[in-house]
Amino acid sequence: MRTITVIGASLAGLHTALALRAEGYEGRLVIVGEEHHRPYDRPPLSKEFLTGALTAEKLSLADAEEIAELDADWLLGTRAEGLDPPAGSVTLAGGRTLATDGVVIATGATPRTLPGEPLEGVHTLRTLDDAAALREDLSRGQVRVVVIGAGFIGAEVASSCATLGHNVTVVEAADAPLLPQLGARMAAFCADLHTDHGVTLLTGTGVRGLHADGVPGSGQGGRVGWVELADGRFLPADVVLVGIGARPATDWLTGSGLALDDGVVCDAGGVTALPGVVAVGDVARTAGRRAEHWTSAMESAAVAARNLLAGATVQTYTALPYFWSDQYGIRIQLAGHRGPHDTVRLVEGAPEDRSFLAVYERDGTTTAVLAANRPRPFTRARRELTREGGLAAV
Amino acid sequence: MIPVCRLEDLPAGESIRLDLEPPIAVFNADGELYAVDDTCTHQDASLSEGWLEGCLVECPLHAASFDLRTGRPTCLPARKPVRTHPVSVLDGTVWVHVETGQAAPQPQTATATQGSAA
Repeated sequence: MRTITVIGASLAGLHTALALRAEGYEGRLVIVGEEHHRPYDRPPLSKEFLTGALTAEKLSLADAEEIAELDADWLLGTRAEGLDPPAGSVTLAGGRTLATDGVVIATGATPRTLPGEPLEGVHTLRTLDDAAALREDLSRGQVRVVVIGAGFIGAEVASSCATLGHNVTVVEAADAPLLPQLGARMAAFCADLHTDHGVTLLTGTGVRGLHADGVPGSGQGGRVGWVELADGRFLPADVVLVGIGARPATDWLTGSGLALDDGVVCDAGGVTALPGVVAVGDVARTAGRRAEHWTSAMESAAVAARNLLAGATVQTYTALPYFWSDQYGIRIQLAGHRGPHDTVRLVEGAPEDRSFLAVYERDGTTTAVLAANRPRPFTRARRELTREGGLAAV
Repeated sequence: MIPVCRLEDLPAGESIRLDLEPPIAVFNADGELYAVDDTCTHQDASLSEGWLEGCLVECPLHAASFDLRTGRPTCLPARKPVRTHPVSVLDGTVWVHVETGQAAPQPQTATATQGSAA
């Protein structure tokens, strides 16, 4: 291959590019990024960046020396709008095309939004610019923040807002936060974390809509003032964070011939059905699963790079899913494939003490491990789970 | 030099975090003692809570691994080394040699992270 184009300049795209060079690829490397920023780390955006503990400079995923060593052509602030694999070309915003032999799709995911007119003060959180805008909105004294969705992003933003001294309400459509991910017992633990810290948690109710300040339902633009719940209540809001998940950024691939099904369909090595095209990170549906996890985005990049250069799947990525979340000073870590009917068993500590290790089990076999503020026991359990072959597909 | 603990309070496989600025982690790796900066060079996580295997310590957050002998990372996501500090044992007490400019020690706040025999 003489030219490889990486579409997406975040964690997965950068690490694929690094891995291509590490594997000895010496051809032209082009990295296309829709954002104007060089690759940066997203997890702190909802936490240390929002509270001001970390600046944007500290988020960089590669320093100047590493960028220079990578020897890539960077097309930042440039959106990819189409891919034509048979022609070997990528279409960029403005109609410019790039000829390329290999393509790495790393466009990530886009936050879901609520229907309706855009209102000032309503945020999603995915990018550095998103986080900067939210931070700015939170810097005008104490405000009433409504977080819609008690998933990881929502919970972390709620935690950060509470730390900043704001008045925070979290609205969750399910009966408890993170119910599908953690099950009822551990979801109750997560609910307690919110209420422990003075955050109001409203569960079992969806959101019907957002309204501008002023008369509810007046239909005029402007700044958000109210969140209307499905049960008819109106919550006053100065700032709203919509954290209701993300969908893979695949719209630009329509018509490319790639199979799209909640992500770019690829095998366990990130290889798509089209020659010379691999997919990595949040946008990839790898062997039937799509993850939005930092660790797999980074680690699977090296596998996809190798396969792209080999022209076939010579390696697969089989590590257990793993993620962590920092909320209210508690570090939550989960690894494995928890199934919806798995039972949970405490191994040490207790949720009431905000420090524990628990395992999820199915038919006497461990499927996943969960810890709160127990990093070393968690690592031990995670390693055991990996060694045991950790489980079988759900 | 800063006193860490009695040697018997740091059995093989255990670690202690010294609450200095910056914090330092002291490990007993199968009988060999090592001290490195406690904070992972990748992100804010305490290596003293990491997983010890031979003379490698794995960060508890993102599984970056460091060689305690050199401080160098052995795998991603860490790219920069942690500083290493000489350790010695005098009359049964573990001491760590920290370069000048460090804050005053608070050895009584050192906490064994895992089932210490203290």
